[in-house]
Amino acid sequence: MSINLDVPKKFAMIVNQAHQVATEVFRPIARKYDRAEHEYPKELDMLAALIDGMNAAGQGSTGARGVRRDSGDKGQGNRNGTNMSGVLSIMQACWGDVAMVLSMPRQGLGNAAIASVAGDEQLARFDRIWAAMAITEPSFGSDSAAVQATAVRDGEDYVLNGEKIFVTAGGRCDAVVVWASLDRSRGRAAIKSFVVEKGTPGMVVERLERKLGIRASDTATIRFTDCRVPAANLLGSPDVEAEQGFTDAMQTFDNTRPLVAGMAVGCARAALDEIADLLEQAGVTIDYDRPAFTQHAAAATYLQMEADWEAGYLLTLAATWMADNNKPNSLEASMAKAKAGRIGVEITLRCVELAGSVGYGEGSLLEKWARDSKILDIFEGTQQIQQLIVARRLLNKSSSQLK
Amino acid sequence: MSGRNTRGRDVMGAGLAVLNKLAGAAAIDRLRLRKPAEKAVYQASRTGFRALGAANRAFTAGQQRSSAERPARAQDSGLFDLEPTDEQKLIVAATSEFAAERLRPAAAAADEDCAPPETILERAVTELGLNLVGVPESLGGVGSQRSTITGVLVAQALAHGDMGLAVACLAPAAVANALVLWGNQTQQATYLPAFVGNDVPVAALAVLEPAPLFDPFELRTTARRVPGGYVLDGAKSLVPRAQSAELFVVAAALEGVPALFLVESGTAGIAVQAEPAMGLRAASMARVELAGVTVPSGAILGGAEADAYANCIRLARLGWSALALGTAKAVLDYVIPYVNERHAFGEPLSHRQAVAFMVADMAIEMEGARLVTLRAASRAEQGKSFAREAALAHRLTAEYGMQIGSNGVQLLGGHGYVKDHPVERWYRDLRAIAVMEGVVLV
Repeated sequence: MSINLDVPKKFAMIVNQAHQVATEVFRPIARKYDRAEHEYPKELDMLAALIDGMNAAGQGSTGARGVRRDSGDKGQGNRNGTNMSGVLSIMQACWGDVAMVLSMPRQGLGNAAIASVAGDEQLARFDRIWAAMAITEPSFGSDSAAVQATAVRDGEDYVLNGEKIFVTAGGRCDAVVVWASLDRSRGRAAIKSFVVEKGTPGMVVERLERKLGIRASDTATIRFTDCRVPAANLLGSPDVEAEQGFTDAMQTFDNTRPLVAGMAVGCARAALDEIADLLEQAGVTIDYDRPAFTQHAAAATYLQMEADWEAGYLLTLAATWMADNNKPNSLEASMAKAKAGRIGVEITLRCVELAGSVGYGEGSLLEKWARDSKILDIFEGTQQIQQLIVARRLLNKSSSQLK
Repeated sequence: MSGRNTRGRDVMGAGLAVLNKLAGAAAIDRLRLRKPAEKAVYQASRTGFRALGAANRAFTAGQQRSSAERPARAQDSGLFDLEPTDEQKLIVAATSEFAAERLRPAAAAADEDCAPPETILERAVTELGLNLVGVPESLGGVGSQRSTITGVLVAQALAHGDMGLAVACLAPAAVANALVLWGNQTQQATYLPAFVGNDVPVAALAVLEPAPLFDPFELRTTARRVPGGYVLDGAKSLVPRAQSAELFVVAAALEGVPALFLVESGTAGIAVQAEPAMGLRAASMARVELAGVTVPSGAILGGAEADAYANCIRLARLGWSALALGTAKAVLDYVIPYVNERHAFGEPLSHRQAVAFMVADMAIEMEGARLVTLRAASRAEQGKSFAREAALAHRLTAEYGMQIGSNGVQLLGGHGYVKDHPVERWYRDLRAIAVMEGVVLV
């Protein structure tokens, strides 16, 4: 029809639901669980049941469904679908609290991976589980191809050995999607992901991390020692093909990056809304028409922050719009993640500065948001990894040329 | 220089000042040896302010409607959509071709001459129909709907060729746009027919004033009510093609409230002087002084609409945002092959993260600013509020447009600093985005 960047009215209900949850459930308990690190926010069980009910009724929209591009729907014309409504919900929910969103039962990144890559039989079998994602190891972070954990075929099983760190929801989840190599001499082509259910012998949650922020979300170290996993739990193809398996696994990131970008956008918006109120109380008004430099320095700073926020917000929506319309979006997903990740940190930190001791003290959530936001510029690909992806695409360079 | 660097002139300073004057005189002598035509702008600066009006046409109201004609608002499709219409794609394709084949090759010389080639200005009308884009069919233009998006896409495509020439081409269209949006039936009947013909009058929307921290909502140019009209006093800065203009739309404060006035350039009390600047030189910008300029009571534009002036400022800022996006894209398109082809330390420059990440950030910020600009434009054309969105778009394009311009020069190093490459011109042009007000309307 014509270019339009306002979100459709049909998402108003979904967005409002998420906003109600953010305001009435997440915000009131955010500080409590920030202080009580590692304690499970039991309020979330009630909420999870509610969300399951809404999803069953087709009313809900959450990020953990991953992105399955509905090949059946080849309808002509523009679509605003679940990728967009999902990220809009995530933004609202993270306006409430990022750590709570990361702690939502059955909404883990592992669920996103299963939803994106699993076969139909697996989808049915893992339908009701809460799955975390285990990629990182002590010896590497961003370099996902450096996986040291091994998986060796033995009869009807794979035997897993290795140590995984930084597993979000690794303590509370029902299962973990583990990345392991079938043959370390074959590089990234041999890396596969396996669904390992809790209670499987040889799988031990060793410890939980103490962190800068998102403290309500548990981050686990999990060790696998001769851990036998049914071969049917391997996601995707078991063949060691040139790159294909790894590409499948990495594809998950195209789908989860806009969601993490949305988290940063939601968290930054919370800080912006809070500082706008505080500035108003302090007698500083923001005028969109007057030049920034003729206004209070705090107002000028606010205008720059909100401009950067708007860019992060729209880059994120654009990436989901492309997914909804079956357009390849890995470039746009990385652009969104890069911009949203850095503005999330810049905005929340600047808002603390503007609010002074009011923002720095635990009496306000501003200082918490400034701690929470930092992880969003790190996980699911750091700022620098996003820049690398964008640069390689623009400059037409391979990973061996532009390292 | 441990703080503000203030020192009085001492004996040595006084001697230097004398020497400098002598050296300057020698320089003027050398200038005299040059071809006079080549330095028309300097002539203009030296001769000072000149009155206009020798070659003015007479604008007279022809057939008049019972009410002013306004273009229809664009419809809200109700869905998020980044896809331009087929018509917009055609317009962008034609404009991009014009920008690449006509503007880009002429840009360096026009920048040097401080003047746009007449042939290009003519072709913008005869080949591209740039004058018709914002004018509805019923007033002799094209299209029934008002499309700010189309305006943004056109400005962006033109500025990819050259920003200075884009401004020169778009300046009359801004006045036509203002007449379409806010003109009453008499104003439309008097002025618009000329703008949709092949001999489009030179015209400019003059808002900016020569003052630091200029605020278009606190104008120093004033309009006083007198019997039968208004008297305007003040100065307008960086007005494109002002020396050949036939019509101005001038922003002036009427009893403290900013408003727009139609001012024919032949009116007594107008003086114009060339005002060459850091960039946008191809647009032949000039200072316009108004001393006791009397205009009739029918000269006030948008008098009936409370938001007319604020919307004019907002739409102009969106126009500058669009221009910034076009030039920023030109920078990016230029540096990508450069850093791939240029070798240092045995490999392409682009194999270094320090270089590659600059390119990535240029693209990320440009795309973010583009989306924010499009959102503001789509809200404007649907008749929704867009003050916030336009302000954010302008902030981003001013900030990151300049950053992209600066990084463009940086990536070419010494080669970026010399005129063999266009990036130094783009650097100068992109500084304008944060400075300019008015001039273009989308």
